[in-house]
Amino acid sequence: MIAELGQFILVLALLVALVQCVLPMVGSLTQQHAWQFLARPTAWLQFVLVAGAYGCLLTGFLKDDFSIAYVAEHSNQLLPTAYKFAAVWGGHEGSLMLWVLMLSVWTSLVAYFSKSMPISVISRVLSVLGFISVGFILFILFTSNPFLRELPAPLEGRDLNPLLQDPGLVIHPPMLYMGYVGMSVAFSFAIAALITGRLDSAWSRWSRPWTVIAWAFLTLGIGLGSWWAYYELGWGGWWFWDPVENASLMPWLVCTALIHSLMVTEKRGGFKAWTVLLAIAAFSLSLLGTFLVRSGVLTSVHAFASDPTRGIFVLCFLAIVVGSSLTLFAWRAPKVTLGGTMGLLSRETFLLLNSVLLSVATAAVLLGTLYPLVIDALNLGKLSVGPPYFNVVFAPLMVPILFLLIPGTVAKWRSANLAEMFMHLKWTALISVMLGALLPFFVGEWSFGVFLGWTLGLWVGLGTLQHMLERVFKPGRIGGSFWGMHFAHLGLAIVVLGITGVKSFEVERDVKMAIGDEVTIKPYVFKLNSIDEVKGKNYTASQAQFEVFNSGQSVEILKPEKRHYLSSAMPMTEAAISSNLWRDLYVSMGDPLPGDAHQLSMRIYYKPFVPWLWVGVLIMVLGGVLAAFDRRYRRVSPNTALQTAGQALSGSELEGSDAVGGLMNQSALGEHSPQEQSDHAHGDPNSGAHVPS
Amino acid sequence: MLCIAAAFVLNAFQSNLVFFFTPSQVAKGEAPKNRLFRIGGMVKEGSLRKGSDEIEFVVTDFTSEVSVRYSGLLPDLFKEGKGVVAQGRLNEQGQFAATEVLAKHDENYMPPEAKGAIDKAALERAAKTVKAAP
Repeated sequence: MIAELGQFILVLALLVALVQCVLPMVGSLTQQHAWQFLARPTAWLQFVLVAGAYGCLLTGFLKDDFSIAYVAEHSNQLLPTAYKFAAVWGGHEGSLMLWVLMLSVWTSLVAYFSKSMPISVISRVLSVLGFISVGFILFILFTSNPFLRELPAPLEGRDLNPLLQDPGLVIHPPMLYMGYVGMSVAFSFAIAALITGRLDSAWSRWSRPWTVIAWAFLTLGIGLGSWWAYYELGWGGWWFWDPVENASLMPWLVCTALIHSLMVTEKRGGFKAWTVLLAIAAFSLSLLGTFLVRSGVLTSVHAFASDPTRGIFVLCFLAIVVGSSLTLFAWRAPKVTLGGTMGLLSRETFLLLNSVLLSVATAAVLLGTLYPLVIDALNLGKLSVGPPYFNVVFAPLMVPILFLLIPGTVAKWRSANLAEMFMHLKWTALISVMLGALLPFFVGEWSFGVFLGWTLGLWVGLGTLQHMLERVFKPGRIGGSFWGMHFAHLGLAIVVLGITGVKSFEVERDVKMAIGDEVTIKPYVFKLNSIDEVKGKNYTASQAQFEVFNSGQSVEILKPEKRHYLSSAMPMTEAAISSNLWRDLYVSMGDPLPGDAHQLSMRIYYKPFVPWLWVGVLIMVLGGVLAAFDRRYRRVSPNTALQTAGQALSGSELEGSDAVGGLMNQSALGEHSPQEQSDHAHGDPNSGAHVPS
Repeated sequence: MLCIAAAFVLNAFQSNLVFFFTPSQVAKGEAPKNRLFRIGGMVKEGSLRKGSDEIEFVVTDFTSEVSVRYSGLLPDLFKEGKGVVAQGRLNEQGQFAATEVLAKHDENYMPPEAKGAIDKAALERAAKTVKAAP
């Protein structure tokens, strides 16, 4: 019953999504207020329905209903309950359900937190989101229905892929999807603005917090994925330039560019057309990511499913989205006005360079990811692009980005003074170069790579700290976006320091060991004490016990495992990792060697600075969250407030009171730095009239 | 600046392309002699030999075979009779010295390259039998 109910509810959700897509848009184009006001209720109703359908699928998993083919494919009676929740998105069909659920969550949140926006704008935004939802629910119903029955039902399910039975994988996909799907919000705002033809600073102010929070989720999702690959795959690598990793990195790069470009649009009214293009690109790349992962065209660790009709559907949807939005762009863009003048040397220049460099990096990754697919599709042979390509291309592009980051945050809008900036930053620069040159001697061997990486990391980190300190000692309330930006940059600096450190100083040993053998790496001695058989809930494992000594002292016991899941013939390597702030000790088991049952191959790795990657990512995420919750975004600009107030006369009272509140809030300018205030006054003629409270 | 970046990117791209060859193509001598490339097919049953530091196995597309040497840990999913993709280069003895053996993360999953190699060889064999028949 539950599967049929779920499918029925999903069809209802499709109908509601259709209403949400069509009526508010038509209403906003023909000025029919009643139709526009349908946008919010339909968004909420759609969320309830999608959540209901998702709940039905989840119930199928919790009740071990193996008559549902999807449940039988991805679950098992022995599967621990926590993983049954995760198993819902363990396969293709369920992960799309998660996609749609996330989309409806984002849509409802936009519907809820947009009280200050004029109804004509929000109805269009929600309508575009409704369109995306229609596309994806159709995709589920026609090509990837998780509610299909398989009768007679098998007695036991095939179980969740053991690789996915891991706490990291319970949270990685939802976070990544929140990020992917979040791009659809920035996209919808851009499309709504294009339709209206009003790409103003109000639009960028509404769009920014959503973009930033989506960016934070995407960052966290990518970080979790990398962390999972690091400890679960058992090879000790944290980034493989795997096409699916690239698929998540590309929207991230574009979204990062988008956040910075939106800032110029908001503060200075510039880069409007470019910002819109970035928003379109970010969402298109998310769709492309979904296509790459889900169509089976890739040879990748992630390519579990393959079905050409699915790929064709997503490709068509992608073509419709990209094609129609670019057409709209081409039609509207000539009408977009240019922003204020910008000097050759100004903050705008630095942000423009940031956009250009990030876009070039995205293009380079895109080339390396898609070229093999295109060549294969054209039947010109099979080939792959090796990780060296990405490393060789990506690193040099990151160097100028990191170098320009600090002057970019220091430079004034419109026109900056080079000499002034140099005087301001010379000590930071000098200290960074000196520490970057000296520190490697204390850790290991000096090389130009580690010098460059650490100098840049220190430069970004110290420059950011300098700026934060200077600001703290100035009077005035400091806004969330200030902290957000600087924390994000600080996190980036830590990630850069960590990547440089681990790439330069890691030691990897593949060795053969018998019980009692020892391996020495740096100051650590790894001794294999014993190998035992252990039993888990749905697997058995051989577990090795390593004792780690540092100058004669026992410091750690590590227990790597080789697991054999009962429902699957494939063995699983579980690495054992000991972390502290400075390094990871990483041990994973290989196969027993034939002929000599006592000898085992082992991977023993010394990985310095790996924890810095995860810490850095978390700080970046924190930065994103702080920036998104800046109070500034909860206020309305005077333009919109007046508009809303005007509409309130003909419509809802609630909106009117909000608008008045917004007007009053607008005078609380205390949280801007004096410099920011004057900029603001320039970009937005109305805000200059306000008196600081 | 964009031109320099583009030139640089394309140059790096050119020198890092790794082409894929089937065992039949390798047997016909189509594979490059001193360039990294990939082969794929089935690990021949009974061909896996583990030495003290090196592993040897045979990759087949059921028409031709290539002997592969590899030192290092094999991925969890490496098995005789299953699909495999390996990256490396040919040594003087005509053996394929692999630097990397790629793992796929599902026991029922066949690497598309490996499957393609086997299908292609099967097609060619079929074509030959048709020609041979009067």
